[in-house]
Amino acid sequence: MRIAFLSDIHGNREALEACLSHAERQGYDKLVFLGDLVGYGADPKFVVDKLAELIGKGAGSILGNHDAAAAAGLIEGMNDYASASIEWTHQELDKAQRELLLSMPMSIEEDDRLYVHSEASSPRSWAYITDASSAERSLRSHAARLTFCGHVHKQQLFHMTPQKPPVLFIPQTSIPVPLMGNRKWLAVQGSVGQPRDHNPAAAYSLLDTQRNELTYFRVPYDIEASAAKIHAAGLPKILAARLFIGR
Amino acid sequence: MKQALETGTLIDGFLIGEKLHVGGMASLWSVTRPDIDTPIVMKVPTIMDGEDAEVIVGFEMEMMILPRLAGPHVPRVFGVGDYASQPYIVMEYIDGQSLFPLLEQSPLPADQVIALAIRIANALRDLHRQNVIHFDLKPSNIMQRKNGEITFIDFGLSRHLQLPDLLEEEFHIPMGTGPYISPEQVLQNRSDSRSDLFSLGVILYHLVTGQRPFGFPQSANGLRRRLWRDPIPPRQHIRDIPMWFQEVILRCLEPDPERRYPTAAQLAFDLQNPGQVQITDRGERLKADGFFSVLKRRMGFAATMGAPHQPDNSAWLNAPIVVVAIDLTEESNALAQALRMHAANVLARLPGARLACVNVLKQNRLTMSYALDDEGRNLHIQRLVELKEWARPLGLAREKMTFHVLEHVDPAAALLEYTRSNHVDHILLGAQGTGALRRFMGSVSSQIVAEAPCSVTVVRVAEDKAE
Repeated sequence: MRIAFLSDIHGNREALEACLSHAERQGYDKLVFLGDLVGYGADPKFVVDKLAELIGKGAGSILGNHDAAAAAGLIEGMNDYASASIEWTHQELDKAQRELLLSMPMSIEEDDRLYVHSEASSPRSWAYITDASSAERSLRSHAARLTFCGHVHKQQLFHMTPQKPPVLFIPQTSIPVPLMGNRKWLAVQGSVGQPRDHNPAAAYSLLDTQRNELTYFRVPYDIEASAAKIHAAGLPKILAARLFIGR
Repeated sequence: MKQALETGTLIDGFLIGEKLHVGGMASLWSVTRPDIDTPIVMKVPTIMDGEDAEVIVGFEMEMMILPRLAGPHVPRVFGVGDYASQPYIVMEYIDGQSLFPLLEQSPLPADQVIALAIRIANALRDLHRQNVIHFDLKPSNIMQRKNGEITFIDFGLSRHLQLPDLLEEEFHIPMGTGPYISPEQVLQNRSDSRSDLFSLGVILYHLVTGQRPFGFPQSANGLRRRLWRDPIPPRQHIRDIPMWFQEVILRCLEPDPERRYPTAAQLAFDLQNPGQVQITDRGERLKADGFFSVLKRRMGFAATMGAPHQPDNSAWLNAPIVVVAIDLTEESNALAQALRMHAANVLARLPGARLACVNVLKQNRLTMSYALDDEGRNLHIQRLVELKEWARPLGLAREKMTFHVLEHVDPAAALLEYTRSNHVDHILLGAQGTGALRRFMGSVSSQIVAEAPCSVTVVRVAEDKAE
């Protein structure tokens, strides 16, 4: 089975469509969304409707912190521009769209895989995986051989044997990585709609369970269009500006 | 779960035959599968449930890397087992011998070692081009097939530069084999393809002198010695080793990878063009450095080496062999200048590049002995002088440039042959005019563009006047 992982779309329609059509060309059997469908970007309605359609076709999706906040209208603990976008997104979404977001689970386990938005030992804390020790906490909290998560907006792949701390590998674009069997792997996804690794192209990945290979991709998309919509919606300008530099 | 391997059992369609070899890390079994008609073997790790992490991770690395390699210089893979149930690699049986028995016969004649070195360096170029560094080159890991082709085996310490290095955090001791390990591997840096060139240098030194350049150290301190202690020059052991070959071997053995050849292709180039090797003190010296030089180096290395290096998987892209084909006639002056400008641009971007300046001396089919008479020799030398004059404004270090006058009846064929045998990465050449005559005669450049196995840049000078 070939599974495409899309994380941190953040209401960016152009980036989502570019990734979906790229994944279509690669060929996939299943889509998994790893949270933060909305927030920051100007197309939350489109993204949530698209999600509803894809869930109907068998896609999996889990809850992200921005989804929870936007659906409930809670801005606690967020910085100014994040809370501005959450409030705006909350107003944009109708009741059914909010309910769909809130109906998503915190994590999904499937075969030898775990899907979760943030660090897995305590998903509701929305902790970031930034280094070997947070990766280790996440990896040791579950038995799953493969963990897929998002939240940090950077493509990172940790691998760990039982006796040693995990090792970080920065995956190269379009190069399939074999997920060798004798260890656990934590595949942190880059962001579809708001990359922050100095590369503005949208990020997603594709797992081939038969070949046991994971390929990270980068997909260029129409950033000008996404940015123009953010300006037109009256959202903080920095949310558009950072798309161009991937930060 | 893991089953004991026995003759007659069937694993994933492979019928286990007799046990061929039991080594410290793995055993080899002869196997068959009805749809495979070449001889194949199954490699199985020796210890599976034990604590020996090096064996386990090394085998994982080999399972990861080998199936991703292609070509005659690596064993062809037919199957890889699942690590959780039965790890194995099924690969072609390599009909040939390793270089190990040659050590017994060493010192070997320099000519024989040079011929072998060319084949190993070209095979290594092919391995590095596939983003893999071997990191454990030694005579027993280099096989010679019956047809003479070189094939590397045992990729348990290797690294694929586009894939995770599973060995990275496993061991905090130098990984490699004592006599052959490079100084940067001693310092646990696993990112530089030039480490393999160092190991190859050790092998060549041993084959041509009968001695190991750094002995067979058993301790970590003994291994570190090669960071500052230069080996005895090969010509101190055997005086009639050519100076240029000593130059090549000692350049491979430079403790600082920056001072070695940037790529295996450039090493092969020197081995194939001995007349062009720039001989320095390295090639001339007859004894190792004295106490004070070594002490100075020892202090210097303490300060500079050992910093972690970023993996560089593009050495062969950044250090290409560039050929510039230059027409030296008076009418082509403007074109020669334009070519020089393009060459300068390439070199400015790629400081590791090596420039081979080539001119073809067209021979008449009827006077093939032409090069042998005085007039021919004079012309040849005159062309070389003019090539050097063409290159002078580039201001390039002498060891980065070579000059070749090819004598051939067919200039395009001469350039293509040169390109293939030297594994050239990029050809720069001029387009000859645009007139009717060229259309009628066909052009050298279009034939090169069509047939060269590498990138070709055709430079044309804009014409001032419309006709």
